[in-house]
Amino acid sequence: MSFDNLRYLESEAIHIIREVAATFSNPVVLYSIGKDSSVLLHLAMKAFFPGKPPFPFLHVDTLWKFREMIAFRDRTMRELDLKLIVHVNHDGIDQGISPFRDGSNVHTHVMKTMALRQALDKYRFDAALAGARRDEEKSRAKERIFSIRNAQHAWDPKRQRPEMWRTYNTRVSAGETMRVFPLSNWTELDVWRYIQKENIAVVPLYFAAPRPVVRRGTTTIMVDDERMPLEPDETVTQRMIRFRTLGCYPLTGAIESSAATVPEILREIVEARTSERQSRLIDLDEAGAMEKKKREGYF
Amino acid sequence: MSYPFSISAHDMEEHLVQEDKTPVLRFITCGSVDDGKSTLIGRLLCDADLVFEDQLADLRRIGIRGGNGEEIDFSLLLDGLEAEREQGITIDVAYRYFSTSKRKFIVADTPGHHEYTRNMVTGASTADLAIILVDSRQGMLQQTRRHSYLASLLGIRHVVLAVNKIDLVDFSEPVFDAIVAEYVSFSAKLGFASITAIPMSARFGDNVVLKSGQLPWYEGPALLEYLETVELDPADKQRASRFPVQLVMRPNPDFRGYAGRIASGKIAVGDPVVVSKSGRRSSVRAIIAPDGNQISAAEGEPVTLVLADELDVSRGDMLVDPASRPFVADQFQAHLIWFDANPMLPGRSYLLRTETDSVGATVTALKHQLNVDSFVREPAKLLQMNEVGVCNIMTQRPIVFDAYEENRSTGNFIIVDRVSSATVGAGMIDFPLRRADNVHWQALDVDKAARTALKNQKSAVLWFTGLSGSGKSTIANALEALLYTCGKHTYLLDGDNIRHGLNRDLGFTAADRVENIRRVAEVARLMADAGLIVICSFISPFREERRMARELLEEGEFIEIFVDTPLEECARRDPKGLYKKAFAGNIANFTGVSSPYEAPEDPELHLKTVGQEPATLALQIEEFLRRRMEEKQRLA
Repeated sequence: MSFDNLRYLESEAIHIIREVAATFSNPVVLYSIGKDSSVLLHLAMKAFFPGKPPFPFLHVDTLWKFREMIAFRDRTMRELDLKLIVHVNHDGIDQGISPFRDGSNVHTHVMKTMALRQALDKYRFDAALAGARRDEEKSRAKERIFSIRNAQHAWDPKRQRPEMWRTYNTRVSAGETMRVFPLSNWTELDVWRYIQKENIAVVPLYFAAPRPVVRRGTTTIMVDDERMPLEPDETVTQRMIRFRTLGCYPLTGAIESSAATVPEILREIVEARTSERQSRLIDLDEAGAMEKKKREGYF
Repeated sequence: MSYPFSISAHDMEEHLVQEDKTPVLRFITCGSVDDGKSTLIGRLLCDADLVFEDQLADLRRIGIRGGNGEEIDFSLLLDGLEAEREQGITIDVAYRYFSTSKRKFIVADTPGHHEYTRNMVTGASTADLAIILVDSRQGMLQQTRRHSYLASLLGIRHVVLAVNKIDLVDFSEPVFDAIVAEYVSFSAKLGFASITAIPMSARFGDNVVLKSGQLPWYEGPALLEYLETVELDPADKQRASRFPVQLVMRPNPDFRGYAGRIASGKIAVGDPVVVSKSGRRSSVRAIIAPDGNQISAAEGEPVTLVLADELDVSRGDMLVDPASRPFVADQFQAHLIWFDANPMLPGRSYLLRTETDSVGATVTALKHQLNVDSFVREPAKLLQMNEVGVCNIMTQRPIVFDAYEENRSTGNFIIVDRVSSATVGAGMIDFPLRRADNVHWQALDVDKAARTALKNQKSAVLWFTGLSGSGKSTIANALEALLYTCGKHTYLLDGDNIRHGLNRDLGFTAADRVENIRRVAEVARLMADAGLIVICSFISPFREERRMARELLEEGEFIEIFVDTPLEECARRDPKGLYKKAFAGNIANFTGVSSPYEAPEDPELHLKTVGQEPATLALQIEEFLRRRMEEKQRLA
């Protein structure tokens, strides 16, 4: 390949996105508002230029996302004039599921995994594009770009299809669906370099600023609204923080940082001694936590 | 990560530019189980300081080997699935991304276990280089040979022979030399451009990142140094331009573009192009790339081409340089690797996918299978899982391709099972077969419509399927007698009778049963073309073959009749005494006893024979045909 690595990754991703549009009857993009989603959205816009992406964007909302994320989501969709579907698991709301009361495991299972399954079934999507990368986590490193899920949306690592060259098997049998990861071969550094090169807008929470936080064990939690219950010995303080990854605010640890621009973030990543998902509590529940979630249908 | 802490602003800038410019080396690790592949990559990443602190802490927490309780098990950095950790083996490919100051790397850590060969092939199909591990104590094993062969077949040109666990043979030079000599002699026929042998201990890190003091006799580089400096084949080899059309873009009535990724060569505005399947010509009016319009585009770029003329072009077609065209054919020879637990059966209908095309396909001849130990060509009737064969393949309509040797992108395909949708095989095309081009269908003046009109009937293939002894032949016989008295022109093809003549050479294995049905279906088709009502009475146990027979015929011409009799009843009737023999174990592959029967899911007629007279059932079928004929006359 004669051209630069980023352009190679961009080319590969566009090819995969187009392949989904060419071979599935009802695809969707899982839009989680994070930096990877922003890159995926940007690539989808490029893939179909001068037209628009021929599929909608789906946000599975747990109602515990950072407020800035929701504002960013609505602004982005409005500006690009894209079709956004927001799905909330109302059964979970009726049960009063909360990350504080029920813990990360139950919350994630009900409000993300179950909600995603509901949404895919409701709209009968046969393929879902998502921004997951193989460098995020060990079981992700094992996943194919076109990842088949059975009728219960479960991933079976032993049933993965051989994936050779750029010749993808996009055929699904009745009831099965496909998850597709165009950013599989990207790293955290690639994502940020691409954001810089293409000047892609991301949620401001990725950039350092003074924000109200609570230290809980080794994790720094940002107090995003009044639903956050404080332990007796806890106090809210203002710290210079930013996020390497964004999820539900009570389950996403911030890092102390002064990186307020993309070049500063790039420097921080190059010098980082800890992995990106270190602050994601849902990965740390137990050994094999991510694999277990994916077997249940987590994306 | 690969950088020392505190980089100056200038160095950082350089580092990032470097990141983007240095070529990426894609490599795989392969070899037998327990040769230490995952350990090697884990050790490489740790020693080169490329593992995050939390991941290292995690490894220390979960990854202490038994024994002295001190030593880290580096393989756990890669083996990320629970089943892998439980069993201590690699099941699926893990991809890791890392970079040093000299190069970026993508490594696919692939499984050694025989059962997961397909996952090794997955990693190899996109790799430039293979590290093939050998355990010093064991020397070359069958998997070493198999993986080397597959690597070569898939087009990998450079090999590192990692002679691992050298510490366990006292860092012995003669042991190393002997393994290298054996490997070099074995691989002479594989055509690798380079083989670099390195003695190492992945467990202790000797010669992985740093040269080891334990191996003073070894003068070559440590593994990482080699990987950082190995020169790959230049990418700019001038190749013919190939643009497989992935997607036709019509966002509005004024715009029609063809999206795809340039598989090879260059394309510029104004270049003449040919649509390969139709041979129609046009030229490139515009090239739309991700960053806007371009005047030219090169291999790998995802672009949208706008042509000067309105032509009929669709997904699966290819736009190419008129001076250098790919093959367009529906018959070709290919090397096929089989992945599935169900064997590849010549004659069975599968789906074949190239990068952008998808078409029904059949292996018409399995010429031979390749023995990976001796490279000897061995005769074979089918391909089992992980076997490689050379096949003639026929597709339902022509596809566009190059030889795999010439072009990795346009010369490959995968085979998909029609029922499970699984990827069951992968192939590399050798060359087209000429016979398809030279045999043309001869148009005749008297056609099927004329023949059936004369006979005052509608041709049909009444396909009886059911267990041996279910009553197929009895009902078929009664039906033919009945149709004869009604003045219909019929012929009855019976399983046993056909096996006395046309199919005398076939046995009862799965492969032979497929071929048996294929020939019968072709004969039935000719007879239907002659205007006859053809009655076929065959056990025909597999759904795939009945589907194949159905697809050979016109819509509505194939009438599947399920003669449904419980196995116990068939065995009780046992008209030919076969069940008695089968239960005694004297007949192999007997349907319902030692071989499966796949009942029809949606037959046109479902006849339950218990308590029914054959004559009544024959009347039922005749009634069905009568209604069908009335329908035809009403429409006419």
